[in-house]
Amino acid sequence: MSGASTPGVVREAAGGPLGTEPSGRTARAASGTRAAYPLYVAGKLGGAAVSLFAVLVTSFFLFRILPGDPVKAMTHGTPTTAEQLATLRRQFGLDLPVWQQFTDYCAKALTGDLGMSYQFHAPVGELIAEKLPATLLLTGVAVLIYSTLGLWLGTRSAWRNGSLGDRLNTGVALTLWSVPAFWLGLLLIIFFAVGIGPIPGMFPTGGMSSGDSTGFGQVLDVAHHMVLPVITLVAVGYAQTLLVMRSSLLDEMGGDYLTTARAKGLRDDLVRRRHAVPNALLPTVTMVFINLGHVAAGSILVETVFSWPGLGGLFYQALSVPDLPLVQGLFVVFAGAMILMNLLADLLYPLLDPRVGR
Amino acid sequence: MTLEKTPPTPPTPPTPPTASAAAAAPSAAPPPQSAAALARARRRASAVRFWRRYRTHRGGLFGLAGLSLIALMALFAPLLVGSDVQSVTAAPGTALEAPSARFPLGTDQFGRSLLSLLVWGSRVSLTVGLLAAGLSVAIGTLVGIVAGHYGGWFATVIMRVTDWFLVMPTLVLAIVLATVMSRSIWTVILAIGVTSWPTTARLVRAQTIAVESRPYIERARALGGGHRHVMTRHVLPNVMPLVLAQTTLGISAAILTEATLAFLGLGDPIIVSWGGMLQDAREAGAVSSGHWWYLAPPGIAIAFVALAFTLCGRAVESVLNPKLGVSR
Repeated sequence: MSGASTPGVVREAAGGPLGTEPSGRTARAASGTRAAYPLYVAGKLGGAAVSLFAVLVTSFFLFRILPGDPVKAMTHGTPTTAEQLATLRRQFGLDLPVWQQFTDYCAKALTGDLGMSYQFHAPVGELIAEKLPATLLLTGVAVLIYSTLGLWLGTRSAWRNGSLGDRLNTGVALTLWSVPAFWLGLLLIIFFAVGIGPIPGMFPTGGMSSGDSTGFGQVLDVAHHMVLPVITLVAVGYAQTLLVMRSSLLDEMGGDYLTTARAKGLRDDLVRRRHAVPNALLPTVTMVFINLGHVAAGSILVETVFSWPGLGGLFYQALSVPDLPLVQGLFVVFAGAMILMNLLADLLYPLLDPRVGR
Repeated sequence: MTLEKTPPTPPTPPTPPTASAAAAAPSAAPPPQSAAALARARRRASAVRFWRRYRTHRGGLFGLAGLSLIALMALFAPLLVGSDVQSVTAAPGTALEAPSARFPLGTDQFGRSLLSLLVWGSRVSLTVGLLAAGLSVAIGTLVGIVAGHYGGWFATVIMRVTDWFLVMPTLVLAIVLATVMSRSIWTVILAIGVTSWPTTARLVRAQTIAVESRPYIERARALGGGHRHVMTRHVLPNVMPLVLAQTTLGISAAILTEATLAFLGLGDPIIVSWGGMLQDAREAGAVSSGHWWYLAPPGIAIAFVALAFTLCGRAVESVLNPKLGVSR
């Protein structure tokens, strides 16, 4: 049955700019033999470990195919002697054979050591740890809001399928979905932060806080700075949740159990709330987790535009140099976040839907 | 383990629009017609059937109209605005003029007409969108059909790789690829193409397995059809509709990614594109000086084209699979 409820999800999600296919996993889980939950968990953990290893391999070799010498690029513009170059090479371990560099890299990465940033002359791990909370705050709030909004609007849309409200709803969502996030952010800055004509600049143009306040004042200050970036992320992101929720609820709406519920004499919104929505929620929950994994990477542009001091902004700074160890480290972190969220969704799914994975 | 993984096909799907497979089957009442003529007639009939259902989707029609408009604009751009719009030295106006009768959208920091640049930029967006989506769908189709057809450990390995590409953050991977390789439009196409194929591969593989479980494949095999014959003559025509829908949806995603990469300065700096215009605008200080007329048009253009492709793709999808319940 869960197999039957997913095609809509696949198709809808596939269209997204950052769309993945949530149902591949659910279908796979459903197809598993009647394994007990611990066995299922072990399998998923193993899969995640393999994926993580693959990410390390890619991150290592991707940056080794770079044309040119990283040390030369690093010292670009400053006069250096051959000895200095050799010292730098030794310092970054670039004089060792590739396989040895690779084993060193993996061993270090697993202990959280991702190398030194060329640009900031600080360990990459520290830089990332420093910027992580800001990204978690911004994306966490944004995902929370747009998942709720998407679920609510998607439910309404599907329940009144084909009505004017439904068409308006889907139309607006699809339009906002097609808008480049960074562009929307820039326009919001012009209209609501810089201010134009009669509109005063109500919000700060960027950053996370103005710095001088403490305690509750600081919380308010950060919230004030978050308004525009969150609006941008929500506007561009809620369509996907809406479409998935809409199509999975539409799949459920033909169900006989809804007819039964109506025949019992339940009111329409009780049928919706107690019977249809809980079943349709399953694929959408997966979706929310996938989004959480995606959004860290997806907020690169929004953080850059709003100078939000998070991982996305850091990635942009690293790119413009290019500061390879930092780009590499962030790549591992972004991919790791995806793997972690996929794993969480996998582990949660059988608990929500007993038909899966048992 | 495989059957539950076949999302998009109902057990007995309607005749696919490209019915060359059906044409190979013996016809019950043979009219005095050659096999090729019969195949042509059936194909025409299914195209008509497809169009008849497609045109009931208002969104799809809107998208198609928008696309035709943009495609015409891109094709005739040299006639509309002249081919020297990109020239920085022979710019017709002064820097950053506000919209006027002469320059309806104003000018950029080099004095070039923004309207002309916008028209010209459609060429890059469409080219990158079409080629990148084409590349992505081609890889996805190839991987999907091969994995679905052969099965076994080979398919398992391929699908593991696909799964792993699926969890990769696409945008980050594309950005990294575009950083690592040289700056050109081909790099952008390649970066988008090789990072976005896994969804297509999954869908195509599922469809391949569904198609191959039907009796006429067994018949083809019994008559001596090899792997290649089955894959290209029977499976491929049957997955084409799905691939078409995927391509249309993929194009809008590719156009958005292209704009993003160009905005990050990873595109070809010489070529005018919508994303590149936005980057220019930001560098010219359009944000802090409130020049919204510089920023707004390229973004609207990107959104318009992306939306048009999405609407078409959704309409195609719902024609092929009415269960999806896409609103009309």
